[in-house]
Amino acid sequence: MMELDNLYQEVILDHYKRPQHKKLNEAFDAQVHHVNPSCGDEITLNLRLDGDRVTDISWDGVGCSISQASVSILTDLLIGKDLIQVTQISDAFMHLMQSKGTEKGDEAILEDAVALAGVSQYPARIKCALLGWMAFKDASTQALAKQ
Amino acid sequence: MAFNAALIAKDFPILDRKIRDGKRLIYLDSGATSQKPQVVIDAETNFYRLHNAAVHRGAHQLAEEATDAYEGARTIVADFLNAEVDEVIFTKGATESLNLVAYAMGNALAGNRFHLKTGDSIVVTEMEHHANLLPWQELAARTGATLKWFEVTAEGRLDLSSINSVIDDNTKVVALTHQSNVLGTINPLEAIAKRAHEVGAVVVLDACQSVPHMPVDVKALNIDFLAFSGHKALGPTGVGIFWGRSNLLADLPPFLTGGSMIENVTMTSATWAPAPRKFEAGVPNMAQAVGLGTAITYLTSIGMQAIYDHEIALTSYLLDGLSRLEDVHVVGPLTTENRGGAISFTVGEIHPHDLGQYLDSLGIAVRTGHHCAWPLTRKLGVPATTRASLYLYNTERDLDSLLDGIEGAKEYFGA
Repeated sequence: MMELDNLYQEVILDHYKRPQHKKLNEAFDAQVHHVNPSCGDEITLNLRLDGDRVTDISWDGVGCSISQASVSILTDLLIGKDLIQVTQISDAFMHLMQSKGTEKGDEAILEDAVALAGVSQYPARIKCALLGWMAFKDASTQALAKQ
Repeated sequence: MAFNAALIAKDFPILDRKIRDGKRLIYLDSGATSQKPQVVIDAETNFYRLHNAAVHRGAHQLAEEATDAYEGARTIVADFLNAEVDEVIFTKGATESLNLVAYAMGNALAGNRFHLKTGDSIVVTEMEHHANLLPWQELAARTGATLKWFEVTAEGRLDLSSINSVIDDNTKVVALTHQSNVLGTINPLEAIAKRAHEVGAVVVLDACQSVPHMPVDVKALNIDFLAFSGHKALGPTGVGIFWGRSNLLADLPPFLTGGSMIENVTMTSATWAPAPRKFEAGVPNMAQAVGLGTAITYLTSIGMQAIYDHEIALTSYLLDGLSRLEDVHVVGPLTTENRGGAISFTVGEIHPHDLGQYLDSLGIAVRTGHHCAWPLTRKLGVPATTRASLYLYNTERDLDSLLDGIEGAKEYFGA
């Protein structure tokens, strides 16, 4: 099971069982709904911005442990950050997902998200990990457009 | 000779390979695509090695051999389905077959029996694969016809209680699956075909999950059109079958136009060759058609009834095993009555993707997700399921591994 443990790190299973900010906050600047058409995973994500600072991310959805844990980790990581930091973190995460298992990720930037490094070895699962990140990106574009 | 799945499996080279660091491959995803016996791989290769030329063209020996091989495959398919040779059309797969008939109907002008207009209806079911739903949604949108459907009960059967209002005098087409790729349900065609014909509608059967697994006689089924994919029936990818009654194929306009499907062409108009060529524009997937012919010969030599009996025995074994596991819920009929070997299930709170990943680490290949039947999984209230789909090369040993794997996953994910 060594190879599988690399994918299902304890941190991921923890976030899956105890997801963070998984309760839609009715106050939001943008709400998006994203699906993964290949597996049916769905997420609704609400975002609140104060100027260029992320003040709240809340979400609800159904999906596998990877997709659910990834959103949960995202909320912990991005709430309170300004959009320059958000871009730096998102870029680092995208880079990690595309690394095909060759990189571990910079824990100083990605914190718990480095636990998802193993996902990059399973091409079919990368979309699972990116579902929430794509939803967030969409929401932030929409929220900024309203400002 | 007694049916021996373990011996049959030796005909399939891929079943010998190792998965994920030396695990035996346990292939339970034949509903998505079947594995290929060596004879099929050889037939496709030999076509390219020895006989390759464009069929129905060319005044040379290779063209003759290629045409003989291709048309020979058509005869094999026709015999297999109890159809006439000219009723068998090669396509690139069932998806193309179903789009062919839907687009061809959309091409029918007023006066043609297949012409659809506002007020007409097309009937499907809630358990259709997207390939037998979307072409009809699109046809309805293009013609103004209404799309109607039979609902699915909690037991995974079609609800035919309102058959006379679902299929009514306005119905022109009834398109449905023979066996659900998610539930395994085998649908009661007799009642549906009888009602459809009463109102003058044609019956289009998606036979992707039935033709590879059981004897199918198009005449006995009392249907009008049928589609299946070669790659789910031990054949190569890139080839499928569209079958239609010859009198209907005569009236059905073409879908794709171009080379070899014509009778006469001028700068401004054309007339069509009779079926099957009317529906086979362009140089076809010849090597794949020949490979499919070989696959069907292989299946026939084992016997479709024997294959069906084997799969039913395995299905019964698996349903029984699953029923004894805690937190396992089978989505679909719980007995083998009118059901085949596509068995979908959920395991507690474990998401199918996670379960599938765990099983993969043991060498077990299953399908997870909505199985291209999203409206069905939504209706049944399960965002996704895990599916084991069986074939002639599977054994009870494979299913024991699956059952053990499910127990292992429950422990691993703490469910």
